[in-house]
Amino acid sequence: MKFTEEHEWLRVEGDLIVVGITEHASEQLGDIVFVDLPDADTEVAKDDEVVVIESVKAASDILAPLDGTIVEVNDVLGDNPSLVNEDPTGDGWFFKMKIEDMSALDDLMDEAAYKDFIG
Amino acid sequence: MTDLKTTVFHALHAEFGAKMVPFAGYDMPVQYKLGVMGEHLHTRTKAGLFDVSHMGQVLLKPKSGKVEDAALALERLVPVDILGLKEGRQRYALFTNDAGGIMDDLMVANRGDHLFVVVNAACKDADIAHMTAHLSDTCDVVPVTDRSLVALQGPEAERALAALNPAVAEMKFMDVATVTFGKAVCWVSRSGYSGEDGYEISVPDQFAVQLVTDLWKQGGVEPIGLGARDSLRLEAGLCLYGNDLDPTTSPVEANLTWAIQNARRAGGAREGGFPGAARILRELAEGPSRLRVGLLPEGRAPMRSDVQLFAAEDAAEPVGHVTSGAFGPSIQAPMAMGYVATSHAATGTRLWGEVRGKRMPVVVSDMPFRPSTYKR
Repeated sequence: MKFTEEHEWLRVEGDLIVVGITEHASEQLGDIVFVDLPDADTEVAKDDEVVVIESVKAASDILAPLDGTIVEVNDVLGDNPSLVNEDPTGDGWFFKMKIEDMSALDDLMDEAAYKDFIG
Repeated sequence: MTDLKTTVFHALHAEFGAKMVPFAGYDMPVQYKLGVMGEHLHTRTKAGLFDVSHMGQVLLKPKSGKVEDAALALERLVPVDILGLKEGRQRYALFTNDAGGIMDDLMVANRGDHLFVVVNAACKDADIAHMTAHLSDTCDVVPVTDRSLVALQGPEAERALAALNPAVAEMKFMDVATVTFGKAVCWVSRSGYSGEDGYEISVPDQFAVQLVTDLWKQGGVEPIGLGARDSLRLEAGLCLYGNDLDPTTSPVEANLTWAIQNARRAGGAREGGFPGAARILRELAEGPSRLRVGLLPEGRAPMRSDVQLFAAEDAAEPVGHVTSGAFGPSIQAPMAMGYVATSHAATGTRLWGEVRGKRMPVVVSDMPFRPSTYKR
């Protein structure tokens, strides 16, 4: 698993990348009450705002971690946004994307580096 | 570093695992270990304990010794019948300005030989200056600086507090009394800011931590932070000064006409005579051009403050805006309040709120969103 400074995780699944937020981020955000997901088949550039999550406290933007195309979104979150709190790195995933260049993942943090990053 | 003020409970907050934030110049708990949603639901099912010591407590002591004189003096600043407020009772009031807007909202209690006033933390310096400037001819305006303020709210509040002194069980909504818990001589009101039955307790600083610890030991009592305080009050349809009320908003626009008793209205025994009376009495007679309303989004996306409201999905000009919005843990749905043109303020009117560039349907709704459980 790879990590961004925006507290997203990325997991390779075949030729796709699954994206969600880390346990640390979900704890910081508090109880999540709404997740606004993009449409599937959306082309995105790195740092585009692709997902909005609303917690009891505030709205937060989730940025596209890399250039690519979102091919699938986790529709279950529409009815059950609390999955992001309960299982952020599993059932609480946000979307799957296809990226041109898998080597772009190499620039991201591994788990040890992310743990250092959040202190 | 900022020099935030602290309450006497600062160390206790840390012990309870609070996450602290700056609020109105104080370092205050926004949440504890239960989290905002857990704390909200705990308050609705058991009892929540709130540190509200940042709020301003002020005594108005009549120089004549007659509380009626303090009441008549305070009526110069609020469109509220204070003279008619009986001993041992509390009432909601509003400081208005010359333009008929709201300077602050407050609670006023008649404690026999004086009035006891509780004002918002962010406004307390201005309020004290305002009262000192306008009431000093009749009253000593005495800020209370040696007492903390805690709120105990929820269906088990009575059980927990009555365990320390059974007298509090006899109190009804908006009663005030002096009640002793151990060594602490407290000023207690049966009121709060959550829509729940409960109490607010003004306790001498030196006994405050002991009182809170004793309450916590009763079981069912958990500390609640500012996050849940906000979602609780919004579900109860209660205004937050600075969001839902401000110096440009009149009490009539704010749909707080219930707080303006007949004695202060046209034809009343003490008609007018408060700042901004011309506008407020005119709006009472003719109706305001906009009105505070409850709003229930049809989808799951919360509509937070500053969301613009439109009469149609493609309308160019807004008819209003949201002033408070959040997710309601007890109603399990997003909720909001805001101001809309009176023509669009009827319950059931469907409007469109613009959230991140998208127009989403929202319905004008009665408040409270969740029925209140005051002990009348």
